[in-house]
Amino acid sequence: MTLTQQILTIAICTLATMLTRFLPFLIFNEKRSTPKYILYIGKALPAAIFSMLIVYCLKGVTLFSGTYGIPEAIAILCVVILHLWKRQILISIAGGTVIYMVLIQMIF
Amino acid sequence: MGNKIYKAMKYAFPYTIPVLTGFLFLGMSYGIYMNVSGFNFWYPMIISITVFGGSLQFVMVSMLLATFAPLQTFLMALMIQARHLFYGLAMLDKYKGMKWKKFYLIFGLIDETFPINYTTEIPEDIDRGWFYFSVTLLNQIYWVTGATLGGILGNFITFNTEGLDFVMTAMFIVIFLEQWLKEEKHYTAIIGMVVSVVCLWIFGPDSFLIPSMLGIIALLTLFRNNIEKVGGLK
Repeated sequence: MTLTQQILTIAICTLATMLTRFLPFLIFNEKRSTPKYILYIGKALPAAIFSMLIVYCLKGVTLFSGTYGIPEAIAILCVVILHLWKRQILISIAGGTVIYMVLIQMIF
Repeated sequence: MGNKIYKAMKYAFPYTIPVLTGFLFLGMSYGIYMNVSGFNFWYPMIISITVFGGSLQFVMVSMLLATFAPLQTFLMALMIQARHLFYGLAMLDKYKGMKWKKFYLIFGLIDETFPINYTTEIPEDIDRGWFYFSVTLLNQIYWVTGATLGGILGNFITFNTEGLDFVMTAMFIVIFLEQWLKEEKHYTAIIGMVVSVVCLWIFGPDSFLIPSMLGIIALLTLFRNNIEKVGGLK
């Protein structure tokens, strides 16, 4: 790939990304009020998408081979317990990550 | 004016600390990956400024190494980034009336900035626009810094960082929990989980995102009356 082609590739990726970020705001601007259905989707989506992003983070986990997802399951449980106990975002995240690193570097 | 910005930034910073750690690590991993693939640190730095989207940037490494294929590149990028449409829809109201700041807020509406700006309840005495702006800018600074550092230091890092990427998973779990505790009913979270897991099982890890998103939209539309009747959406 030549330098020009590399620049074009980067430009195309930038354009596609910005299209997905700007489109909703371009369609429903400040003058045109947002349809009720869109408002509903806007409210109902986030929780569903957070679920999807968790699945996305864990997509590489193999449940029937390798470590059977055990280190991930333990670490997630720790994050949940730490968070329900302390409600301190950083403690939950750091605690869970350290536990995960120890698990996969030393035990699994 | 300056005081207003400083106050908003000071209030915003603690919310971005998890992203700081996550992005320095992930950004550096990306920079190192680019470095090892034969790209000068300018590449990860510039791409992190213009594209500013982690998953796509990782995929772009192989795109940049392959033959030039503009259409395929465009479609691939659209599909990987399609979830940003959702963030835009959810932020339509909150970003209303943000004037010139709105352009940068939309430009930087990424996976990690969205949940912070969507869920944080901003006190009366903090300027909402500058809070959103600070979160967006800080997160991009972390990402660009991480990617650039990785691109430069690529050859020198030797300690065992295996598993540190779990920081992202942990962050999404915490965000999910916060949302869960805030809502009275959990139908939408459950729909998202079930649809994603089923799609992952059917389509595999590389192509389950698009079907998951379509499935989620379809089910939310199909059960709209039921979900709105029981309420609890927040």
